[in-house]
Parts: sequence; structure tokens; C-alpha cells
Amino acid sequence: MPDTATPAPAPLSPAGGNAALRALLDGLPGVDEAGVHARVADLATRSVKTTAKAHAIDLAIRMVDLTTLEGADTPGKVRALCAKALLPDPADRTVPPVAAVCVYPDLVPVAARALGSTPVGIASVATSFPAGRAPLEAKLLDTRYAVAGGATEIDMVIDRGAFLAGDHRKVYDEIVAVKEACARPDGPPAHLKVILETGELASYDDVRRASWLAMYAGADFIKTSTGKVAPAATPAVTLIMLQAVRDFRAATGRQVGVKPAGGIRTTKDALRNLVMVNETVGPDWLDPRWFRFGASSLLNDLLMQRAKLTTGTYPGPDYYSAD
Amino acid sequence: MSDRPRPTPRPAPHPGPDSPSTPAATATATARPASASGALVYAPAPESRAVVSLRPAYGLFIDGEFTEPGEQTMTTVNPADEEALAEVATATEADLDRAVAAARRAFDGVWSRTSPSERGKYLYRISRIIQDRARELAVLESLDNGKPIKETRDVDIPLAAAHFFYYAGWADKLPFALPGVPAPRPLGVAAQVIPWNFPLLMLAWKIAPALAAGNTVVLKPAETTPLTALVFAEICQEAGLPPGVVNIVTGAGATGRALVAHPGVDKVAFTGSTGVGREIARTVAGTRKRVTLELGGKGANIVYADAALDQAVEGIVTGIFFNQGHVCCAGSRLLVQESVAEEVLHRLKERMARLRLGDPLDKNTDIGAVNSSAQLARIQDLARTGREEGGEEWSPSCELPSRGYWFAPTVFTGITQAHRIAREEIFGPVLSVLTFRTPQEAVEKANNTPYGLSAGIWSEKGSRVLWTADRLRAGVIWANTFNKFDPASPFGGYRESGYGREGGRHGLEAYLNG
Repeated sequence: MPDTATPAPAPLSPAGGNAALRALLDGLPGVDEAGVHARVADLATRSVKTTAKAHAIDLAIRMVDLTTLEGADTPGKVRALCAKALLPDPADRTVPPVAAVCVYPDLVPVAARALGSTPVGIASVATSFPAGRAPLEAKLLDTRYAVAGGATEIDMVIDRGAFLAGDHRKVYDEIVAVKEACARPDGPPAHLKVILETGELASYDDVRRASWLAMYAGADFIKTSTGKVAPAATPAVTLIMLQAVRDFRAATGRQVGVKPAGGIRTTKDALRNLVMVNETVGPDWLDPRWFRFGASSLLNDLLMQRAKLTTGTYPGPDYYSAD
Repeated sequence: MSDRPRPTPRPAPHPGPDSPSTPAATATATARPASASGALVYAPAPESRAVVSLRPAYGLFIDGEFTEPGEQTMTTVNPADEEALAEVATATEADLDRAVAAARRAFDGVWSRTSPSERGKYLYRISRIIQDRARELAVLESLDNGKPIKETRDVDIPLAAAHFFYYAGWADKLPFALPGVPAPRPLGVAAQVIPWNFPLLMLAWKIAPALAAGNTVVLKPAETTPLTALVFAEICQEAGLPPGVVNIVTGAGATGRALVAHPGVDKVAFTGSTGVGREIARTVAGTRKRVTLELGGKGANIVYADAALDQAVEGIVTGIFFNQGHVCCAGSRLLVQESVAEEVLHRLKERMARLRLGDPLDKNTDIGAVNSSAQLARIQDLARTGREEGGEEWSPSCELPSRGYWFAPTVFTGITQAHRIAREEIFGPVLSVLTFRTPQEAVEKANNTPYGLSAGIWSEKGSRVLWTADRLRAGVIWANTFNKFDPASPFGGYRESGYGREGGRHGLEAYLNG
């Protein structure tokens, strides 16, 4: 058994084929579905109230990747999104800004102009989001375009077809290549979030295997979903990915973040996620650098619950901007 | 059976909660960042006690009425703070005579003549009232027993109601209960003595099948946990159950002995320690009384190297720390395959460090109070023996409240089959860890006990699970889960864990004549 001080294993040799990768991933402990569901149900009974709730809501706001990923997105909508990201509640300036906005590559320059040098990050989906069905050259071009436009974070999708067909090598190599494309000549590379699209993976075992594959290939974050496929970020999938990053750090010393995305709409959903983080990986991950929510409508619910706690009355949704 | 080779990605144990090195100290070696936000601290979330209105003193429930408490009483306390909750009568032999006579009258005059579907209606009504009063019962159970509200709320009370619902359905289907017996008959008056670990749930396990089969009962709850049984007496009144069908007599060991020995009872059902069970078996030997005994255990929880480890760790925790380990079928012996022992222990300790011990009424409490000072003393004594025998004791750092009876969740490693704590039932949150190399060795160790109540098997390989289950001598075997209960599933033991089954169709056999 490797001991604590073992450094990260050398990147897998390009000569190693699928068999080597499969042996590596199949060596991971299995996931028992009923057991995962029982644990999730148990954690969902945690009661987060009063001061704990106030702290958790602010933390959740700071973890939001405020997202718009529609074909009908406009520069105006993205500018509104950026304004909201910086100042989520104009009526209450104590509300912290969110972690990042998340937009399509062609709208990255708009976001970059709107956000300037603020601490709010600019995430962009790339690599032919959401299906990922394009040649590698196109995916890399997509990525470089977003990075050149000012993206500080790249949310890529894995090739689920290749993964399910057992071509782990292809998935791995693509992640490595996209990671290289995240480099920026004039500054730090864009952070790479790797979307597993767990709704298309066959089993929880595959969620765990895909998590490790992405982490070995260099992912800075592993992300559940595009938001375009149901089910998206179920609590069970997020729990399995949290266990994966915990075990990966124990094995390699490298910490990787987790981003559930899609389907997290209410404060209660967000708090349950934070409870899972707290009790699975601990406080090291309770930080926007290591845990994010990919969401759009979640933010308004967090703001309404926050207002309820601070003012005692629950404001209606009409008091908050819809976009 | 060979194990798959498992290459590198096995997570290595990094310094765990038992390690002196802090995360800050290791941060230099790895690129581990410090957290800016800190842990999520849960604010206190206590369930309100206001739903419970206790009388200062309770009499016995005989023939549909509560008696005056009388001279001889005992005090039941809240084990979490040692505050007195209520005075409860101690039944005398004369009281037992009246209770048994009332049960006999009710059996002869009413209950055995009530149509099966009418009996079913009463049971349905009782289950619905239990559901209606679920919150009150959950809070009261937690107060009287010390177990966390999340368990009484999510396990004890819903399962108690489920048992009444389940057996209500059997009341008019008894011709299908015993193979080859088209018209089974009830036994008569059942004397039932139940333990303190699941007070209302054990009451339901006993009373629901007895009434469905057409018997009447005299039930004695445990000395330290009589209160939900007394509220159950109120529920019987509320349900309009005919007087004498259910009688509740409180008291200590002497009352239980006298009830079991009473010549007017036809059937004895007991759940509790093996020592008392032996005594009961001697008492009823040579009489016409039928007996079922559900006694102690020293369950083995076998974790193979190919198990789903995160879920196995959850199962280990559920197996021994559920209900503070006050569970006869607890997985109190962990048998873990040597190749993953270190890793499983590391994960287990990390998980145990997240268990929350404290106020049982707090909704976020995982580990409540030990039920009584006597039980606490026994756990402490056995833990001391474990240390003296050379076992290595580990507990997560947790502050025990200054009042009440508390014991931190504890793991003993360096234990063999020869150690006392690996042999005796501790009935507390104390896990003994043993290792094995081959499946044969696991089975031999698991069976090397006079008990035979429960066992768990953790493996992702179906054939291995079945191979093992075939060879284990235990009444209940869980595969890739632990401590799962359902009214439809029979429960009971082998050898010194007792005889007879409760639950399911099998549970009716104990209350019917062929």
C-alpha cells in the first residue's frame, strides 16, 4: 500500500493502452447503489438552521457558477448576468459576489468586458458542449478561443461514447490535450473542469471510474453534468464524486474540486450538498476554490432565504431579477 | 476464490483523525490548501419536548383501566441528564393475578369470539393512532431511552406502526399462516417481557402478531423504559380495544419472573439477555407453556477485499453504532480481510470522527446516551478488560456531557477470538476488529461463538456472498447492508441467541396451535 508521502504518480505513459487504464480503473472499489442511496438519505436529515443556515447560505452564494447556456443568449443577457454575479442583491450590499459566470465561448469577451478585473471568474463551456461530438481539433480550437477571449475557467465535456465503449485512452488523451489548450501565454492557465455527464454513464461504478480518469488526466475540477441531460446532479452522484476526490488526494496528494451542476434549484438542495461536502471530505473543500454549484435559478432562492433570515419576511420572487 | 489484483489507485491512508500530525503539518508535503471557510457548524436543532405530556405517576393498565399507582413505585429517568421523568408502579403478584385473569376473561369472552376481520380493524386503528401520535412517541422514546430522535423518528416508531399494519392484514388470513393447518387456533393468554433497547418497537413485535392470531396479552416493559408502553395503553383505550385484551404491567426483574411463572399464561415470549432467557426456559420446562426467546448475539460483520468499501464502512457504523450498540443483532465483531484491513480501518476512523454524540433530542445527533448507569458500568468494565487484555482502543475525540450516561464510540484492534471482548456481548458502542485471510477463515471465526443471531457479508461478488451465507450459523444474514428490519421478514436466532421467529408469517407460528 503506498504511503502518505507518495507523490502523484507519473502521468500515464502514452504508450499504455486501454488495457492498462482499464486495469487501473477497475481496481477501484465498487459502489453499492443501495448503500449510496441510504447514505444520501441519512445526510439529508441533517438540520441546518439559524446561524448555521446563515453561514451556509453565504458560502453557497460564493460557490455559485451563475450560468446561462442557451442558444438564445444575448450580449445583453450576459451583461445582466455579470452585474448580478458581482452584486447579487442590489438591495443588500452585504451579499457576497458569486464565484464565476458560465457562458458559451462566443460570449466570453462580453463577460470579460463586464467583469474586468473583479474577482468573479469567467467560466466557459468548450469542446463542443454539450454533446462533445466534434473532432479533437475543433474541441481544442473551441477551448483556445474561449481562453483567448478571457475565460479563466474551462468546462469541458468528456467523450461519453468513447468512455462507454471502453476507449478510456481517448477520453484521457482528450482531457490532457484540452488541459494544454488552457494555457495562456500572458498568465496562469484557465482552470479545467471536466464534465462527466453522469446522466449518460451507465452506473455509479462508471461515475467513480470516470472521476479518477479525469483526475489522472489533470482535471482541476470534476463536474457532474452539462445541465442538458436528465438526471443531472443527483445527490448520489455528487457523493460518489466527493469520495473520489477525497481518495484521489489521499493517493496522490493533489486536491481536485467538485462541481455539481444542473437540477440544484433550492436553498435546501444547496445546503444538503454542503452537508455532504462537510461530512465526506471535510472543511478543506468548503470553499469556492474547491466546490461550486453550476446553477441559474438557485441564486434567487438563496437570496430569498437570506432575506428571510436577515429581515424576518420572505420576499416574493418578483423582487429579484429573473436572469 | 482469487482476488482481482488491485493496482495503484487504492487510496492510501493519509494521516487520519488518530494521527498526531495535523492537516497544517502535512500541507507542506502536499499542495493541500488551507480552508478559508472552516467547517460547517450545525446550530443546535432540538426537537420540542412540548408534544409530550407526562403524568407524574403511572399505575398499571389492567382490564382497560389504569390502576392507582399504589405504594410500590420506581422512578424512570432520562439517561441523557439523569432527571426523573415519572413514577411508575411496581406490579405485585396480586396485580399479576388480576392482569392474567382480565386477559383470560377477555380471551374467553370477547377476543377469541371476535371475527378475524374485526380483530384486523382494531389493529389497523392502533397503527393509525401510532402514526397520528408519532412525534409524541418519538420524543418520549428518546427521553426515556436516551436514543437519538432521528432514530426514534425514522426507525422505531414508523416500524412499530408498520408491524401493526402488517399483522392487521394477517388477522383474517390465518388459514394461510401455517402450511397444512386450515383452521389454526390461538393459544390463549400470552405473557410478554420486552427489553429496553427498542421499547415500543419490541412491544409491537410482541403484541401485533399475538392479537392478530386471537390471543390476549399481559406485557411487561423494561424497568428503565416503561413510558411508551404506558402511552400505548392509552392508545388501546383510544382505539376502543375491548378491556383485558392488552394489559401492561410495569416492574423490575421480579415482576417479569413472576409473570413468566404465572400458571394462568399459555405462552411466554421474551426478548432480552441470554442469562435471563435460560432462567425462563428452566421456569417453563415441563409446563404446557409455549416459549419463544430472542436473546443475545455477537454478530460478525465480514468485509471482503472486493467489497464496496465506502458502503461497507457505512454498514460497519450502522452495525455497531446504531442505537449506541444496544442491539442484540449488532455487528459487534468486524471481520475484515487482511489485504484491506488498514484501509478499512482508516476510513472507519475518519467516518467515526464525524459521528455526533450529544443531546438525544437534537435532530443532528447520531449517538445518544447509554440507557442506564448499570449498562454504562458494564460497557466500561468490558472496555477495561479489552485494554487489560492488550487490545488497542481508539475513539474519536468527542466531549461527553457531564451529566447522564455516555460512552464514546470505540474501536478495539489487535483483538483475537481469544479475547473476552470478542466473545461476550457488550451491548454498547464498542467494535472489536479481527482480520482474516481466506473466506474459510472468515466463516470459522464468524461461527466461533455460542451465539447465532446475525451476520453481515460485504462483497461485490455474488457467488462469494452466497457461499458465505450458506456456511454462517446465524438467524439473520445481511448482504451489503446491516440492521435492516421489515415486518414481513422473520427475525430470530440459533443456539444461545434463542429460538422462535418474530416477524413475517413465521411470527404467527408462535401464537397459533396447529
